[in-house]
Amino acid sequence: MAAVTILIGVFGCICYFFLSNIALDRLYPASGPNAGANINRANQIRPWLFMFPALALLTVYLVYPVFVSVYLSFMDAEGDSFVGMDNYIWLINDDKFRESMFNNLLWLVFVPAASTFFGLVAAAVTDRIRWGNFAKAMIFMPMAISFVGAAVIWKLVYEYRPDGQEQIGILNAVWTAMGGQAQTWLTSPVVNSFLLMIVLVWIQTGFAMVILSAALRGIPEETIEASILDGASPLQIFMKIKVPQIWGTILVVWTTITITVLKVFDIVLTMTNGQWGTQVLANLMFDWMFRGNDTGRASTAAIVIMLMVTPIMIWNIRNAAREAR
Amino acid sequence: MGSVSLSNIRKSYGAVEVLHGINLDVADGEFTVLVGPSGCGKSTLLRSLAGLETISSGEITIDGKVVNKLHPKHRDIAMVFQNYALYPHMNVAENMGFSLKLAKVPRAEIEAKVRKAAEILDLTEMLGRKPAQLSGGQRQRVAMGRAIVRNPAVFLFDEPLSNLDAKLRVQMRSEIKELHQRLGTTIVYVTHDQIEAMTMADRIVVMKAGHVEQIGAPLELYDNPANVFVAGFIGSPAMNFLHATAKGGQCVLADGTALGPLPVPVAEGRSFTLGIRPEHFIIDQAAAPALVSLVEPTGAEIQFTAHLGGASVLVTTRDRITARVGDPIGLRVEPGRMHAFDAKTGQRIEG
Repeated sequence: MAAVTILIGVFGCICYFFLSNIALDRLYPASGPNAGANINRANQIRPWLFMFPALALLTVYLVYPVFVSVYLSFMDAEGDSFVGMDNYIWLINDDKFRESMFNNLLWLVFVPAASTFFGLVAAAVTDRIRWGNFAKAMIFMPMAISFVGAAVIWKLVYEYRPDGQEQIGILNAVWTAMGGQAQTWLTSPVVNSFLLMIVLVWIQTGFAMVILSAALRGIPEETIEASILDGASPLQIFMKIKVPQIWGTILVVWTTITITVLKVFDIVLTMTNGQWGTQVLANLMFDWMFRGNDTGRASTAAIVIMLMVTPIMIWNIRNAAREAR
Repeated sequence: MGSVSLSNIRKSYGAVEVLHGINLDVADGEFTVLVGPSGCGKSTLLRSLAGLETISSGEITIDGKVVNKLHPKHRDIAMVFQNYALYPHMNVAENMGFSLKLAKVPRAEIEAKVRKAAEILDLTEMLGRKPAQLSGGQRQRVAMGRAIVRNPAVFLFDEPLSNLDAKLRVQMRSEIKELHQRLGTTIVYVTHDQIEAMTMADRIVVMKAGHVEQIGAPLELYDNPANVFVAGFIGSPAMNFLHATAKGGQCVLADGTALGPLPVPVAEGRSFTLGIRPEHFIIDQAAAPALVSLVEPTGAEIQFTAHLGGASVLVTTRDRITARVGDPIGLRVEPGRMHAFDAKTGQRIEG
């Protein structure tokens, strides 16, 4: 069944481009008395013809929902009657929303910083050791695991068993071996938020490492040799010669991870579902949408997330474009 | 004070030896140029001297001190790289002062030294600019400035002019030479361009495949090349080589043409390689007959190719000759300007 779907999809796409192209050429043939004008006209239409499927999909699934979300955020729970700014006023005064904002800010500071830092260190170290490529593969591996899968793995790491039973979570096993009392880690506020963040750091470090490793390799070897002759120590070479030269890439990695962080949802849903003070915006939105059945409040939360992501997104795209030049 | 002494330097990458026992002494204040075709080991030798490469055996001495095991920064050398190797994130002043900053020299002193070097190199206006905002020649000067501020015993240059266009290269060549005359610091300079070597050096070291072929002053190498390789490498256009045989005190070419008396005594009947520089031919209709096959006027002189004694030779003359392709012409060689080399070993046959 899947194979048939793929076949129809791919073949359908090819057919669309092929047939629409032929149709255009028939409509404005590149011959006859108006050949020149026809070619010009066809060339003006052709890009739009080819972009149409992508534009249509983006409009239906991206642009349209944005406007509907804005509209719904001014409506009541069922989306029937206009309530003005009520949803926004409610949101600002809601404790769970404040908790989510606070947690999102924590995530925003901690995860990109830690991922970029560990990624940079891993990139620098793996380039220098013999089994570096193996280490790189290991560090990159979590990128291939879904957020939910990663959350399940780490939930087992933080697992709690009552006293007297053997601790199967590695954190509690180590903790009790060192003489501590077994903890229900995921229920102790603030600590539990950081335990969730570690999951995302674990995933994103591989991404940061791969990009930064490529950037480090792009640094001209001669500038490093020149700095050796100038008397720089290995640490000074790294901090004063290498890092400044890849600063642009570091920023792109940082902001890319920042956007992922603002949208974080799966990890929180799977591990704590926002209980015990771990709520984040995306999960709050999900809660109101599918548990609270309140499209007004869910849309309001969605708009807040969008407003936070957009400026970083724009800045990131500009930065990436500048890097590419 | 910066004398350099290399004794029996060997360098291997695994089983492949790239430097086969190099011996070289550079006197304090001397401008020495290492020249040779690519892959001859000249850059490896320079990088070994700088400490960027380790040598397999031998001894490197700078200013009387063995530096084999010394970290590059303690060797009292400064290097100018082919691609300038400027730090792109620092401005000109920071680039030049970086080594001093690392050495924790007081800020005022760094500024003074950078300013002085900038004045020498005419970079004062550029101090606040980033390398990306400079032209190739200016970048090269910054790279030299970075070396100057350290006031090292020895300057090392690794093909510093190869990335510049022809006109700028000539200009920078004289600037480096002037700089050397002004500072009097020992320079070891690597290039593959024999003209650079000839114009700048006090002494040239010609290298080939990890061996030193000849060491000497530029004109000494030009006038008395030790072997066919040096004879062919130094000088442009290159020296002509002809197969010749000694007969009755004359150099006789393959087809029996006698070109003149032997430059050095060679056993009767022995064949050898005869070397003649293009400018040492004299056009003389009464001399050995030749046929013009190509004429290339360059302005200052005329270069032409002629068939002489069954071989093709290149001749340059300052005379405005009117010969066209296919015309017969007579050629002889200025007395004492012929070189004889052993046909097998390529070594100069000494008188």
